[in-house]
Amino acid sequence: MGTGKFASGELMAAALAASGAELVTVALRRADLTGGKDKFANILTFLDPQRYLLLPNTSGARTAEEACRLARLGREATGSTWLKLEIHPDPRYLLPDPIETMKAAEILVKDGFTVLPYINADPVLAKRLADGGCATVMPLGSPIGSARGIETRASIAIIIEQATVPVVIDAGLGAPSHAAAAMEMGADAVLVNTAIAVANDPVRMAEAFKTTIVAGRTAYEIGLAPQRREADATSPLTGFLKQ
Amino acid sequence: MSFVDTFNALPINELRRYSQNATCVDVERALAPRGLEGFAALISPSADLEQLAAVAQATTLRHFGRVIRLYAPLYLSNECINICRYCGFSRDNPILRVTLTTDQVATEARYLRNEGFRHILLVAGEHPHFVSNSFLSDCVAKLRPEWPSISLEVGPLEAEEYRPIVMAGAEGLIIYQETYNRGVYATMHESGPKTNFDWRLETAERAYLAGFRRLGIGALLGLSDWRTEAIAVAAHIQYLLKHCWQAQLTVSVPRIRPAAGEFQPLTQVSDREIVQYVCAMRIAFPEIGIALSTRETSKLRDGLIPLGVTMISAGSHTEPGGYTGQGRADLHLTKGGRRVESEGDHATVQFEIADNRSPAQVAAKLDAMGYEPVWKDWDMVLNG
Repeated sequence: MGTGKFASGELMAAALAASGAELVTVALRRADLTGGKDKFANILTFLDPQRYLLLPNTSGARTAEEACRLARLGREATGSTWLKLEIHPDPRYLLPDPIETMKAAEILVKDGFTVLPYINADPVLAKRLADGGCATVMPLGSPIGSARGIETRASIAIIIEQATVPVVIDAGLGAPSHAAAAMEMGADAVLVNTAIAVANDPVRMAEAFKTTIVAGRTAYEIGLAPQRREADATSPLTGFLKQ
Repeated sequence: MSFVDTFNALPINELRRYSQNATCVDVERALAPRGLEGFAALISPSADLEQLAAVAQATTLRHFGRVIRLYAPLYLSNECINICRYCGFSRDNPILRVTLTTDQVATEARYLRNEGFRHILLVAGEHPHFVSNSFLSDCVAKLRPEWPSISLEVGPLEAEEYRPIVMAGAEGLIIYQETYNRGVYATMHESGPKTNFDWRLETAERAYLAGFRRLGIGALLGLSDWRTEAIAVAAHIQYLLKHCWQAQLTVSVPRIRPAAGEFQPLTQVSDREIVQYVCAMRIAFPEIGIALSTRETSKLRDGLIPLGVTMISAGSHTEPGGYTGQGRADLHLTKGGRRVESEGDHATVQFEIADNRSPAQVAAKLDAMGYEPVWKDWDMVLNG
C-alpha cells in the first residue's frame, strides 16, 4: 500500500492494518533524511517496521542521478535496502521515464538495493529490468491516482506471461474490482493508495480491497472458466444420445 | 518563440465575450476539461457555483488527497527600484526600508523552522544594488543545510543569472505578471525595469531553462477585469504545461490588499468570484498546485481549502525582519538610490495580511477539517 494523501498519520496506520498489506511504500521526500527525527516530517513514525516491509520510494526524482542520490540517503535514514524506484519527469501525468529507470536500476542493483521499479506496461522493458537484477516489475494499470483501472491490460498480460520475477500492478486501481481483475490475471500483488486514502472511510475501503484481492488470487489459482462468445447451454442439445 | 508570441495571438477579447455569454449548457460541457474556451465557460457569470465547487472538490481530492502543504514567506529586503502604484514597496513611497544580512536572514529562518515550516519563500523588492544576484544565492546557500525546499519571489533575471541561485539550492520561482492587460500594466508601472511587460512575461520560461523545478504564476486581482486576467493566466499555464513540461506549476489568486501609498483597487473582485476562479482553475488544470496566502481572511481560506488549494502560508509577515526584529538598527529611508537616516521600530510591510492565525492554529484547523498539514514534501537532495 501507499502512504500518500491520507488525512492523518493515524488514519493511514489504521487503513494499513485493515488492508493486510505486507509492503508499504513511503515517499522519501516527506521523511526526515538527516537522521534528526524531525517531528514536522514524521511520516515514518506511523509505520511499524516489525509489521511491514518498508519500501521507500524515489517520488520527485526526474533523473537516474537524482533517484540514486535519494535512494542512498533514504537507505541511511530508514535502514531499508528495499526501494520502489520511480522516476517521473512529468509532474502532470507522473508517467515513468523508461530510460532513466533502466539506468538507475542497474546502478542501484549493483549497490545492493532490492529494486522494485515502477514502469509503464512495456513487456520488453520489464524483461530488461528483470535481467538487470530487479526484484519485481511494477507496471501501471493507468496513471497514478486516475482510478481508471487496468487500461494496459494486453501489455500486462504479456508481462505476466513472460515474468521471471513477481509482477506488481501499480497505479490507477480505483476500485476493489480493478484489484481483483489484476489478481485474476495472475499478478502477484497490487499496490493501492489513492482509492483508499481519499475514500470517505479509508479503513473499510482497505478491507474491501483486501477481500477482492484474496478473491482474485484464489480464482486465478483455481483457474477461471474460459470465456466464450455464445451461451453454453447447461442442458446440451445432444444429451439424448447418452440416455 | 516564447509565451509573448502566444499571448499576442491570444483571442482574449473573444474568449472574454464567450465567458460573459456562455450558457448553462456551455458550463456543463466545460466540466470535462477542454481548452481555453472551456475555461472561459467555467468562469462565466451563468455558472452554477455549487456545481463547480462539487466537481472541483472531487478533482482536488483525487489528485492531492487530504493533505495541504504549508510554507512561509521570508522578506529579505523592501528596497525597490520600481514605481508600481499598488505596491507598498514602490520606490516613491517614503517608507522605512532595510535589507537583511545573510546572518539576519538565517535568524529569521530559524524562527520559521521552529514554527514547523520546511518550505520557505524568500521575497525581496527589485533592486540591483541592495538585492544583488550574489546576495540571493548567498541567502539560499546559507539556508540550504536546514531547509528542504527554498523558493524565491524576486525581480526577474536572465537565465544565466538564475543558474547560480538554482545551484545554491533554490527549487521554485514565483513571478506574478500582476496584470496581463498591457494598457493597465503600462499605467501601473511608471518607472523601473518592471515597465517591460514582455520581459516579465517570459520570466517563467527563463527560470525553467535555468533549472527551477517549480514555477508559480498569477495575476494580482483588482487591477483589471478578473475574468480576462483569469483567461490569460489559463493560457499561460497551458503554454507552460507544454513547453516547460518538467516543471511543477502553481498558480496564485492574490487580491490587492491595503498598503503604503493608499492605492485603491481599480476593479472589485468578490469572494464569490475568487471561489469561482479557484474552482475553474482546478477543473481545467487538475494537476497544478494552487497557493493561497494570508492576504485572504481565515473564513475564505478555510472555505477554499477543499475546493482546490494545495498550499497555504500561515503566520506571515510581509516586511524584512518581521518575525524576530532583525535589521531594526538599520532602518532608513531611500531617496534617489541613497540611504537617508531615519528612525522607527520596524520596516514597512508590503501589504497588510488578513489571516492573523499562528501556524499552529492553522495546522490545528486543517486537522479539524480532516486535512493533514504537510510541512515537508521535498528534499534538497532532489535538486540537481
